[in-house]
Amino acid sequence: MINPVPPAAVFIIGALFIPFIKGKFKSACMLLIPVIGFLNLISIPEGYHWVVGFLDYELVFGRMDRLSLVFGYIFHIISFIAILYALHVKDDVQHVAGLVYAGSALGVIFAGDLFSFFVFWEMLTVASIFLIWARRTKAAQGAGFRYLLVHAVGGLCLLAGIVLHVNQTGSIEFGFLGLNGPASYFIFFGFGLNCAWPFLHMWLSDAYPEATITGTIFLSAFTTKCAVYALARAFPGTEALIWIGAAMAGFPIFYAVIENDLRRVLAYSLINQVGFMVVGIGIGTHMAINGAVAHAFNDILFKALLFMSMGAVMYRTGKINGTALGGLYRTMPLTCIFCMVGAASISAFPLFSGFVSKSMVMDAAAHGHMKIVWFILLFASAGVFHHAGIKIPFFAFFSHDSGMRPKEAPIHMLLAMGIAAFLCIFIGSFPGPLYSILPYPVEYAPYTIPHVVGQTQLLFFSALAFTLLMLAGIYPAEQRCINIDADWFYRKGSRLFYFIMDKSMNSLNKLSDRIFVGGLAGFLCHISKRGPEILTLGVLAPLWVVTGAKGKELEDRIKTARAALHTHTSPIGISAAVATVFLVVVFLLR
Amino acid sequence: MKKKGEPDKEYLFDKPRNVKILFISFYSSLFILLGLEFFVHKHPYFPWEEWPEFYAVYGFVACVVLVLVSKYILRPLVKRREDYYD
Repeated sequence: MINPVPPAAVFIIGALFIPFIKGKFKSACMLLIPVIGFLNLISIPEGYHWVVGFLDYELVFGRMDRLSLVFGYIFHIISFIAILYALHVKDDVQHVAGLVYAGSALGVIFAGDLFSFFVFWEMLTVASIFLIWARRTKAAQGAGFRYLLVHAVGGLCLLAGIVLHVNQTGSIEFGFLGLNGPASYFIFFGFGLNCAWPFLHMWLSDAYPEATITGTIFLSAFTTKCAVYALARAFPGTEALIWIGAAMAGFPIFYAVIENDLRRVLAYSLINQVGFMVVGIGIGTHMAINGAVAHAFNDILFKALLFMSMGAVMYRTGKINGTALGGLYRTMPLTCIFCMVGAASISAFPLFSGFVSKSMVMDAAAHGHMKIVWFILLFASAGVFHHAGIKIPFFAFFSHDSGMRPKEAPIHMLLAMGIAAFLCIFIGSFPGPLYSILPYPVEYAPYTIPHVVGQTQLLFFSALAFTLLMLAGIYPAEQRCINIDADWFYRKGSRLFYFIMDKSMNSLNKLSDRIFVGGLAGFLCHISKRGPEILTLGVLAPLWVVTGAKGKELEDRIKTARAALHTHTSPIGISAAVATVFLVVVFLLR
Repeated sequence: MKKKGEPDKEYLFDKPRNVKILFISFYSSLFILLGLEFFVHKHPYFPWEEWPEFYAVYGFVACVVLVLVSKYILRPLVKRREDYYD
């Protein structure tokens, strides 16, 4: 029996070997990494492992408890699916980035101290950026740079918070923090940025749709879910999170309705779903935390499934805008069915995975008598069906006939989608196994008759609204346009900043040039050249006049003195006199 | 991709009859759902969950509001040309 290693190590070390493996074995080796990782993971008992001394502190690379293990399991599952989906890709950069990214996510999840947590947290950003840049378009490059800058800000905030925290408490243990004092606010904000809170979310809707087809599957799974995990670990029961989460669940659906790029629609619905998790963490009861974690587990699967189906469409047609697609069910029936399974899961149809987890968060909110939050979540539930459940499959696979008859997705893509779709239906129909790995014991029965009927009514009548609005022509037609979002503040704001900096700094520069280079330097040069002469004659001339020198004699004396000063041959007497006068002046002024 | 001149195959929803069947089954399931309500014993958290057809009405109204707000309020505010940032 081989000793287990930290889960992150399997992926990160495995990734380094991938570029050196060629030929048929490459695919097998890549798929083997998550499998080995999973076997390694289940052989690790709960508790603290790989505790390493570092300066005066202890780094913990394996805190295995029920909260971290759930995320560990799903991260392995989704890595396998995402790698399978990406087998056709010939670009090693993407494979290595994807594996290192997954490894970093596992590092974050199992880190028991703030130092190693932070290092893995930053590796998440660095690895994910390559999945965006690998698209090699100008838009992807720009979005990647913005993504990097925004995450650098978040990372610095987190680092500031960690340094303050360690300074105050003397401990680097990563556990419950709670909102108390500046250190925790910095950390809270750092987590929030990766979690895509409102106004901090724009990196997500900006960059994810610009990433490569296969990279987006990795992206949709890790960054936000690591932040959800971190919040569940450090800030459960923080009331602010309830409202932040409610806002996250609410506002993106409006954007999703008018968005044309279907992968961007999914990016907005990703924020919307993470909102449910954040609300659950904010409520903080056992049921709510269970709900949040279960929903994270399910969301990783159905969101990946939706992104995969849209990716397959994009792979075959080269298009992703709703205006350009339509009618693809004819030749891509399996992709269409998988997409609809994902759509049903995210919409929380009974027997699909969203149903058994989203309702836990809703019921936890109702349990706490949070009327407004409950109404917002119910609105978001209807809304997500509207944009992710109907709009995505409808505009891609049905709607008007775009005339395109692409081939069905390649077999490895179909397999990846098939596994995800199977898991969505399996978890939705038999939630027991999922409930058994949640952090707290579950006393919740999703399948009660009123719940099933109520939810089905909600969804069917949302569908009716869609149908009637569509038939009446009121439904906003897809348009070729972009919708500005909070990233406007730095995309346009940066230009304003540039303009202001240009005007203020450059004019300051010019002014300084005029004063210091043009004016002051010449003046000082003149003074230092003529200074001694002026000073000496200023003292001596009156003296000569008093002693009776006049006319030509005075002029001669001045001329002689001037020439002596110019050639530095002034008589010692004069130098001594000037020095004495200078000393007297200094003495008097002192 | 479709080749020119190739006669297009007729697919599932190319036949109006199939579309009609889809619509009829959809509308009839709506009525069944409305009817089911009266046979269900509810145990609600909030009083309004007991109102008849609460979820159906809420789902419908929510989506209509969602679409109208998005179309008539949000889109005019945020819509820009595709090259806006270039």
